[in-house]
Amino acid sequence: MTTTATTETTRVIRDYDKPLWRRLLLTREAAIVGLLILVVVVASATVRGFGQPITLNYLLLDIAPILLIALPMTLIMITGEIDLSVGSMVGLSSVVTGVGIQAGLPFEVAALLALLVGVVGGAFNGFLVTVVGLPSLAVTIGTLALFRGLAVGLLGTTAVTNFPETWTALAKAKIAGTTIPYIMVPFLILLAIFVIMLHFTPFGRGIYAIGLSKDAARFSGVDVERTKMVLFVLAGVVSAFAGIYYTLRFGSARGDNATGLELQVIAAVVLGGVSVFGGRGQLYGVVAAALLIGVLASALRLANVTSDVINIITGVLLVLSVVAASVLTWLQKARRRPGRPPRVATSTAP
Amino acid sequence: MTFARKRVAGVAAVAVAAALALSGCADTGTSGSPSEEPGSGDTGNLAVTFLPKNLGNPYFDTSSKGGKAAVEEFGGTFAEVGPAEATPDAQVSYINTATQQGVGALVVSANDPQAICDALNEARDADVKVVTFDSDTNPDCRDLFINQATADGIAKIQVDLIAEQIGDEGEIAILSASANATNQNAWIETMTEILAADHPNITLVETVYGDDDDQTSFDKTAALLQSHPNLKGIISPTTVGISAAARYLSTSDYKGKVALTGLGTPNQMREFVEDGTVTAFALWNPEDLGYLAAWAAQALITGEITGAEGDSFSAGKLGDYEVGADGTVLLGDPYVFDADNIGDFDF
Repeated sequence: MTTTATTETTRVIRDYDKPLWRRLLLTREAAIVGLLILVVVVASATVRGFGQPITLNYLLLDIAPILLIALPMTLIMITGEIDLSVGSMVGLSSVVTGVGIQAGLPFEVAALLALLVGVVGGAFNGFLVTVVGLPSLAVTIGTLALFRGLAVGLLGTTAVTNFPETWTALAKAKIAGTTIPYIMVPFLILLAIFVIMLHFTPFGRGIYAIGLSKDAARFSGVDVERTKMVLFVLAGVVSAFAGIYYTLRFGSARGDNATGLELQVIAAVVLGGVSVFGGRGQLYGVVAAALLIGVLASALRLANVTSDVINIITGVLLVLSVVAASVLTWLQKARRRPGRPPRVATSTAP
Repeated sequence: MTFARKRVAGVAAVAVAAALALSGCADTGTSGSPSEEPGSGDTGNLAVTFLPKNLGNPYFDTSSKGGKAAVEEFGGTFAEVGPAEATPDAQVSYINTATQQGVGALVVSANDPQAICDALNEARDADVKVVTFDSDTNPDCRDLFINQATADGIAKIQVDLIAEQIGDEGEIAILSASANATNQNAWIETMTEILAADHPNITLVETVYGDDDDQTSFDKTAALLQSHPNLKGIISPTTVGISAAARYLSTSDYKGKVALTGLGTPNQMREFVEDGTVTAFALWNPEDLGYLAAWAAQALITGEITGAEGDSFSAGKLGDYEVGADGTVLLGDPYVFDADNIGDFDF
């Protein structure tokens, strides 16, 4: 932590005075993991049809795009930025794949083209944020509409459905002997890459530093613009990949594919403990949160709870988690009165 | 080093959660067996789930009402589920849910003919009977499609209604949706043939297109009436067009002089039927459609039919039905709404 001489560093160092079990149990990420386990256990015991292996299959197929896009989104949000255009990019890459197939390209080429569109779209977001210096919220609200408009414009209200069956089958295929879908393989590889990138490289430390203080990060040698550019391009290309998966899973390229997905991704990221103000968050919390949202939706659907009630419950959970985070921060601040040595503070805490 | 330890512990926590999730799933795999469903017995698993395009849509509320009535008549259990938005990806989750629940039959109005196919076939592999209604999928992903009306039936009822309303002679015009709408054009073609064959005194003077846009349809109606002063009737085979045309007629001098009919929904047309602008228009009855779909599901569950062409089954108060080509069952002639019956409908 040579690059961030900040309060966050101090806080982290203080936290390490506490015993390991307390550090684990008292984190927000741990709370989400605990809640996930609780919901799985309760749902298995009480909801008919939940406790069967196929549940895991459907659940993971459903949330795979959220899991995938949440990886770059977590990093972007740790820098204090946001990308609202990811759902539209999924739709656009779906349409590009479809149009490519329609034009007679082999699937592999059409998919590569879609990934390229992801790179270009992400770079466009990155350009407007870093070079032009616009706020990412404004930029990506714009590209949210732009990418969706392009998607719907290219294909209209029609759908392309003639994808090669080997690929559509692969998108839903289960790993031999389990009910875990194959899409989890690229996800786990990407997860590993993102974990290493965020937690084990100077680039990752730069991401936290930018989120805590852009100026401090810049003064300590972090290339703020380059970092953000890389992250937006990653978000674009991972969204495009999710779009290809989405297209294959449903065997249908449509302009309205994955409408509103960006909100589910952001919900998972925020619920998973990433601060909306940047500087704080862990990937495992986000993964657990995405699973939690998926498990809740699955269990509630099985209990024949209507879709609007499911949305309400997910929304309330999200609001509560944000409120809880603020309350926790406030409590921590209240406990650490200035001038008081951290050792004493932690040892007297209840 | 402490950093690394925290990370390892974090990963371990996730692993434990995942393991618990997995074992939790496996352990209770048998307790959630669907065969204990009440209503199952010799006649099979009579749990019928309706999956409309979206919830909170009066049209589908009406079809589900019919479906529920039928399920109660044959002693099954009825459920209605569905997404808030009419998208195929959201429907897939609900199809998967029905598969997990092991329902007897799923009655679906498809948001996309292809996108939900694999999920439906997975459900069928798990012994769920699949009936589509209102909006079909590709025929190879369902057991039966309950068709609300045929193109011929829709064309004929509209010609019959206009002929009756203008005394079988005079000039008429058509206000359609867009010029390249496949179904509209097929109806218009058939209507032209019927007019030529059976109504020699009726002249179709012009076909205009309102693009299924309320304002455009409204303006096109106005233009139509100005350019054809002797116009006696308008057929609008689109629910957007007919209500826009009715709105124009109701506030103009043509009210009561120029007849208007076509395809509309009772809620859109109610005020124009009540104020005398429109005498009668057609559509199908979604309540009967849901009712028939539920009985078809029952016939599939009990094995009375397999969905093959020529199979026949009884649909309660609607009588007997026969399965046609491509596993399609036709509800019947379109339903005519007029001042006498419009009060019975809310969609």
